[in-house]
Amino acid sequence: MNLAVAAQIISFLAALVLLCAFGMLVQRRMYGLIHLFAWQGLFLSISTAVVGFVAGKHHLYISSLLTLSLKVFLLPYILHVLIQRLKIQKEVETVVNVPMTMLIGIALVIFSYHLTAPVREISTLVTRSVLAIALATVMIGLLMMITRRHAVTQIIGFLAMENGLFFAATSATYGMPLVVELGVALDVLIAAFIFGIFFFHIHTTFDSLDVEQMARLKEGD
Amino acid sequence: MNPGPIEFASLSVIALLVAALLTPLFSRRQRLLIACCFGLTAAASLLAVVAGAWTVSRGNAEKIVMLIGLPDLPFHLRLDPLAGFFLVVIGLLSLFVSVYSIGYVKGFLGKRSVTSLAVFYCLFLAGMYMVVLSDDALIFLISWEVMAAASYFLVIFEDERIENRRAAFLYMVVAHVGAIAILLSFGVLAGLASGFGSFDGYTFDAMRSASFPIGGATAAFLLAFFGFAAKAGVIPLHVWLPEAHPVAPSNVSALMSGVMLKTAIYGVIRITFDLIRVFPWWWGAIVLVFGLLSAVMGVLYALMQNDLKRLLAYSSVENIGIIFIGVGLAMIFTSFKLPLLAALALTTGIYHVLNHAMFKGLLFMGAGAVLHATHERNMEEMGGLIHQMPWTAALFLIGCVSISAMPPFNGFVSEWLTFQAFLLSPSLPSPLLKLLIPMGAALLALTGALAAACFVKAFGVTFLGHWRGHHRPKVQEADWPMRVGMIMAATACLLLGILPTLAIGWMDAVPQQLIGTSLGTSAGAFGWMWLTPVAYERASYSGPIVFFGILAIVIAAYLLLHVRPGTIRRVPIWDCGFEKIDRRMQYNATSFAMPIRRIFGFLFNVKERVRISRRTAHRAFPARLYYSLHVRDRVWGWLYKPVIRASFWGARKVGRLQQGRIQAYLIYSFVTIIVLLVFLR
Amino acid sequence: MNLYPFAMEILQVLILLVVGPVFVGWVRVLKCWAQGRSSAGLFQPYRDLRKLFSKDVVLAENASWIFRFTPYLVFGTAVLAGGIIPILSTDLPLGATADVIVLVALFAIARFFTALAGLDIGTAFGGMGSSREMTIASLAEPAMLMAIFTMSLASRSTSLSHMAQLVMSGQSVMRPSVLFALLAFILITLAETGRIPVDNPATHLELTMIHEAMILEYSGRHLALIEWASMMKLFLFTSLGIAVFAPWGIASSADLIAVGAAFFFMLLKLGVVGAGLVLIETGLAKMRLFRLTEFLGSAFLLATLGMLSYFILE
Repeated sequence: MNLAVAAQIISFLAALVLLCAFGMLVQRRMYGLIHLFAWQGLFLSISTAVVGFVAGKHHLYISSLLTLSLKVFLLPYILHVLIQRLKIQKEVETVVNVPMTMLIGIALVIFSYHLTAPVREISTLVTRSVLAIALATVMIGLLMMITRRHAVTQIIGFLAMENGLFFAATSATYGMPLVVELGVALDVLIAAFIFGIFFFHIHTTFDSLDVEQMARLKEGD
Repeated sequence: MNPGPIEFASLSVIALLVAALLTPLFSRRQRLLIACCFGLTAAASLLAVVAGAWTVSRGNAEKIVMLIGLPDLPFHLRLDPLAGFFLVVIGLLSLFVSVYSIGYVKGFLGKRSVTSLAVFYCLFLAGMYMVVLSDDALIFLISWEVMAAASYFLVIFEDERIENRRAAFLYMVVAHVGAIAILLSFGVLAGLASGFGSFDGYTFDAMRSASFPIGGATAAFLLAFFGFAAKAGVIPLHVWLPEAHPVAPSNVSALMSGVMLKTAIYGVIRITFDLIRVFPWWWGAIVLVFGLLSAVMGVLYALMQNDLKRLLAYSSVENIGIIFIGVGLAMIFTSFKLPLLAALALTTGIYHVLNHAMFKGLLFMGAGAVLHATHERNMEEMGGLIHQMPWTAALFLIGCVSISAMPPFNGFVSEWLTFQAFLLSPSLPSPLLKLLIPMGAALLALTGALAAACFVKAFGVTFLGHWRGHHRPKVQEADWPMRVGMIMAATACLLLGILPTLAIGWMDAVPQQLIGTSLGTSAGAFGWMWLTPVAYERASYSGPIVFFGILAIVIAAYLLLHVRPGTIRRVPIWDCGFEKIDRRMQYNATSFAMPIRRIFGFLFNVKERVRISRRTAHRAFPARLYYSLHVRDRVWGWLYKPVIRASFWGARKVGRLQQGRIQAYLIYSFVTIIVLLVFLR
Repeated sequence: MNLYPFAMEILQVLILLVVGPVFVGWVRVLKCWAQGRSSAGLFQPYRDLRKLFSKDVVLAENASWIFRFTPYLVFGTAVLAGGIIPILSTDLPLGATADVIVLVALFAIARFFTALAGLDIGTAFGGMGSSREMTIASLAEPAMLMAIFTMSLASRSTSLSHMAQLVMSGQSVMRPSVLFALLAFILITLAETGRIPVDNPATHLELTMIHEAMILEYSGRHLALIEWASMMKLFLFTSLGIAVFAPWGIASSADLIAVGAAFFFMLLKLGVVGAGLVLIETGLAKMRLFRLTEFLGSAFLLATLGMLSYFILE
């Protein structure tokens, strides 16, 4: 596999990652959201493997496998179970309307492109053009957390953001050291568990996972 | 001495001024006055067209220095290709509208004296010609004011209605705020050209030969753009336009929308490309952004209107936006030293100037014919007019198709060229601009599609279906002069649409003059049939083939299917077998725009109220239902209300100075004199 | 004078006229199979058209000339478009008449007049159809043009023949922008040709119809022309998609074997596209009108992402 083909494959996968991010931004159904998240993880893991192959960095294979097991199978499974237990399969409500969210998302992509322009000029890596997409994925994850009202969608947004960060690390410097990546993976896993436990508590307290309800916690009203 | 184009143009202006002076003499015999005055303006306009067309095809400039004016500050006139092109635009539409006016103004006979209309009409035309002819700041501003004042008196012509007086006042205020900005801009330029101590910099020649520091030039440009944008009705400075254009007599509305706005475009082009010449790219970006904003918002507002002429006025805002898109792109390309692309973008801009003059003039003339026949501007009260006014309907339809950018008419050509200009933006060196500018193409596409919806509504609700109003007036078709005026404009729309190559080849002198490159070699490289901007491989369009192709297939299909004669039966409306159909069940202007109002509603201030009358057995079967809808400009609340409030507040504060005692006023004068003496020692 | 291109032109128009209805028939047959019904056969659209052509026209008493002119115009623009899109060959004399933007505008003019015809009689249904059609069109058209612009950025041309030739030359495999543009194009084709989930071509349910509502008052040969044109429109959009995204097989040289092969490939691709269309139509339900904003917004989003990824990633 020569460098040009690899670059093309990586760009293609980056585009798919971005597509998944936008898909999550506009998806209304809970299960659809989780599936999209799993797909994003899959593309990410393939792309990591390809980068590892091209750059000859073998520890990237491990992080690719880690991504695959954690973000494609384990976390979606946990979320699945969570949704079934809590019986919250219905449509997700959004705060801002969907077309508006899309436009903001597009603006974020352009903004990240502009932001990463200096890096692109000095970097010599195959993956340099992907950096803008990775940054955009992070921002769209954050945007998703802002525009959604449901706690479960917020955690998915958080996880999507983490995907973006991971992607950025792979594309900017061919990945972080393995120890760091393992640590981050563990963190994400634990965060997911803690979130899960919290959801149960929130659900029993408020009878809903709508984060707007938490406004009631404010003092003084 | 052989008379050249500029003598023709001056003669045309003189003829108009003479007409304005002589017209009051005929005020006893109104019918004769109409025929003479508008016949004369038509002849004068023809003269201006000849002068302009001649100049553009010769491609050189002529000058006259007049010995009148202020002492030591004579007036300068100049006719170069840019001025000549705008002279043609203004002259052509004035010619059509003047012919139309012979029929239209007769509608006022017996109701009011038309003397003032005729006088100010002549002055208005003369003012517009002088604006494009003038070659120094002084006469430019004088002509600008003549144009503004004459149009003010035309707007207020039917002055018994309070809304007309309000609209005219608003127009006057905005026009003067704009004029002040233009005056300041010229002041800055003149000062920088020759030093602030002397007056020599007031001629455009002096400004052309000067080189401006970037700070001063930017200040001048921003002031000028503000002033011209106010005149052109660029959003957010557009509020006067939908008030003033509809209330003027329709022939005047046609001229105001069709060509008066274009003098502002002329001003922007003149100042940037001709006087300042060297500018940074972000000037173009400003023009482009405001152009896009006006295009999209203008057409959305147009869609929400129920008043036919108001709809057309808002659509002018949209088209001005499209023109500014072309001009803005040309400025960006020029600043990055891409002359061929700049020439393409500028050509799209000025071609749309010409096209918009033709179809908007045609549409306002059509709206005038409808108004003349029905005494109604509200579309909700119209419908089915195609049966009583077949000529007007067909001609109005041509206008609608042209403005909606449908091939083979002219609106499409300029929109297509604008798309091509947008698609060339990847040649820009800046990566961010490469990315952002094609987004503008999407907005332009949205504008085009919404314009089509808007004009389906305008034509469909006005001319199709059944009469929607309460009482039905006796409707008569427009008379011959009106028809001839409209037919000429419609023919121009068609010809400019199917023969764009000839038109663009002719107007190539303008980019040649301003940018130094022309499209001529590439645009018409494959003969008059094919329009190929930039390169043949890139894109091509053949207006004649599209037109004759569709025509041939339609005729062939029609003939083939009419071998069996007499197979059409006229029957009552079917409507899925529903029997009790009546005309109140039709879609009207409000309901047609409802889906779009819901989708884009957040951009407007929409107040929708449904009230169900109490006397009803069940909520689902109300006896009566009241529905009211108010769609307002948000800009009014955001921008103008605060300004108005602030000026009232200021006025109240100043009002305290008014004491009513003579001593107090004497003290004011005394203090002023003391202060002046202290400062001007 | 070389007659080959003109022969191709005529051949293409004939194929458009003949294969258009068969393609619709194919989609209907597949749909019947997919839904466990027995089908009326591949050639039912022909029988429908023949029946309509032989019937008298029943015209509402207040129909104006616009109502009578529209069917011919709609038919005319469809046939002209057939001469422009490279269906069999990229070497078309009319190919230079119009680029993609003109093509989109040709469809727009047909729609403009159909919408006017819907308003002409003055029934509630007609107006409803016109209003909805224009709303959908105004959202679909920007997305359509964006998708096409994305494709034309790579080929530096908006001329269809050149775009097709560039893709065939094989320089652009695996380009993310193509993927995005294709997805957007599919969504828009569904909207523009009035398929589920935007409009249901088979329904006359009063409140859900859009295109059918506008042409409700048509009958006889007028209806036949409009129906035929809408069948051709589906075929044309498919061919447009094929020419832009998957033109392999379209003849670029003047020899009969290439043309024959092109015809074979065309049938093959149409078969696949038909199957895909049936999958979409069977799998989805018709959307509410105001959900369409999101549907078409997604199309626009995809097209825009395509354009962005062209600049960012390629």
